[in-house]
Amino acid sequence: MSNEAEDVLRIRTPIGVEYAWSAGTRSSAYLNGLLEGKLLGKRCPSCSRVYFPPRNGNCPMCGVLLGDDDVEVGPNGTVTTFCVVNVPFLGQKITPPYVAATILLDGADIGMQHLLQEVDAADVRMGMRVEPVWAPRDNWGPTMENITHFRPSGEPDVDYSDYAGQL
Amino acid sequence: MSIAGLVREAADRALADAGMTMDDIDAVVIGKAPDMLEGVMMPELWLAEALAAAGKPVFRVHTAGSVGGSTAIVAAQHVMSGVHKRVLTVAFEKQSDGNAMWALSVPVPFGMPVHAGAGGYFAPHVRAYIRRSEAPGYIGAMVAVKDRTNACANPFAHLHEPDWTLEAAMESPMLWDPIRFVETCPSSDGAAALVIAAEDVADSLPGPKAWIRATAMRSEPTMFAGRNQVNPQAGQDCAADLWRKAGIADPRREVDVAEIYVPFSWFEPMWLENLGFAGRNEGWRLVEDGVTDLRGGSLPINPSGGVLSSNPIGASGMIRFGEAAMQVMGTAGEHQVDGARTAVGHAYGGGSQFFAMWVVGAEKP
Ligand SMILES: [Zn+2]
Repeated sequence: MSNEAEDVLRIRTPIGVEYAWSAGTRSSAYLNGLLEGKLLGKRCPSCSRVYFPPRNGNCPMCGVLLGDDDVEVGPNGTVTTFCVVNVPFLGQKITPPYVAATILLDGADIGMQHLLQEVDAADVRMGMRVEPVWAPRDNWGPTMENITHFRPSGEPDVDYSDYAGQL
Repeated sequence: MSIAGLVREAADRALADAGMTMDDIDAVVIGKAPDMLEGVMMPELWLAEALAAAGKPVFRVHTAGSVGGSTAIVAAQHVMSGVHKRVLTVAFEKQSDGNAMWALSVPVPFGMPVHAGAGGYFAPHVRAYIRRSEAPGYIGAMVAVKDRTNACANPFAHLHEPDWTLEAAMESPMLWDPIRFVETCPSSDGAAALVIAAEDVADSLPGPKAWIRATAMRSEPTMFAGRNQVNPQAGQDCAADLWRKAGIADPRREVDVAEIYVPFSWFEPMWLENLGFAGRNEGWRLVEDGVTDLRGGSLPINPSGGVLSSNPIGASGMIRFGEAAMQVMGTAGEHQVDGARTAVGHAYGGGSQFFAMWVVGAEKP
């Protein structure tokens, strides 16, 4: 006997995928730097801008290979903008609420995303100066997660006009 | 309902509206957002069957959230080029089959995994807009109340929530501060379809039709040094190209209604500026002054309720394009803008990096 409530309307089928990511020469230098606790970017030979991380190996705007020389950036930086994440979701690595900040490291020309902790979310400001907090060296790998988070450095805030071009 | 069923229903409705059957169609152009959203790789294989496209060319277009718009443009280009006379174009998303929040938050190997879906990506740019424009904090809530109210006049909208007030919206919890819950699009299932025909075919068809006056697409990298993430150059260039091709000198005066891609309410004032409907840092003033209201506004934005009330991501851009067409055809029903003769459909996708737009008119250009 058929019963509508028992009809199969939908089944759940999980899918898992693991990839090997070939970093390329420029990002390899960045990943090797992280193993030594260094933040290594690369400079575009055409527009002179410093990319950290040097994600694709080339300058997205000039289309040329980034320079071979390492450019050490940071370790401190400026919060250009941020979001307070209050949303829990599947696979989340960090328990909300947390502050996801766009941080412009000193010497870099592009911001990067990282966690901002050791500060109340309500006290986080655009222009706030921050410093990295590294995980114990024994736990380091070729990953930005070697820095567990950033925290306020106590330096005076940066003027809006000095980072407005980064937004 | 299956994805195939969802897409077939949209296609059947579009064909019936055009007075055609699948036999009349020369080619099919399909779009959807990233495959990870549903875990269905190459849905075009499945959908070619569902759309009875055997023996016809089928194309898949893929430009993230803007894909519904760019898919319609690719379909239009097949006709404009003279290669095909009648093209069916379809776009869809079935968010309930997957987990878009997860799919948009997958850790990348070169950075810190802090993202939390699209909201987590766009919230910092919204904060930057608020700082740059000095907009009052209630503007996002005003847009949300407008769009949720508009959606109640649209039977195809996902959310029908007639009771929102500005006060209630301001009390809505912050999901991705500064983006509130009510200022956020829902996760929707949906499909949209359009039939795009050559001029001589259209002339032979009875009933109202929308004439495509101009289309434009632009893109830019997701990340580059000095990028204007609040008012992306690619969007400015796309809009300038669109207005030039359509012969529109003053969009604010010459456009009667626009359906623009606003998944988070603050993107209404942001895109008003990006599109050239408002000056730099002035978009929020149009919201505050009621210019974008469906009733009484001189430039109604998203009378359908917009992406903020229905977001089947891959279809959302095509819904904007189709809603613009319905407005100039006078077939938008309860959310019709009186006397609409010129309308804009707009979509964006990725990290505000893909833009697709069209202008449709009631008169043949
Ligand atoms: Zn360069």
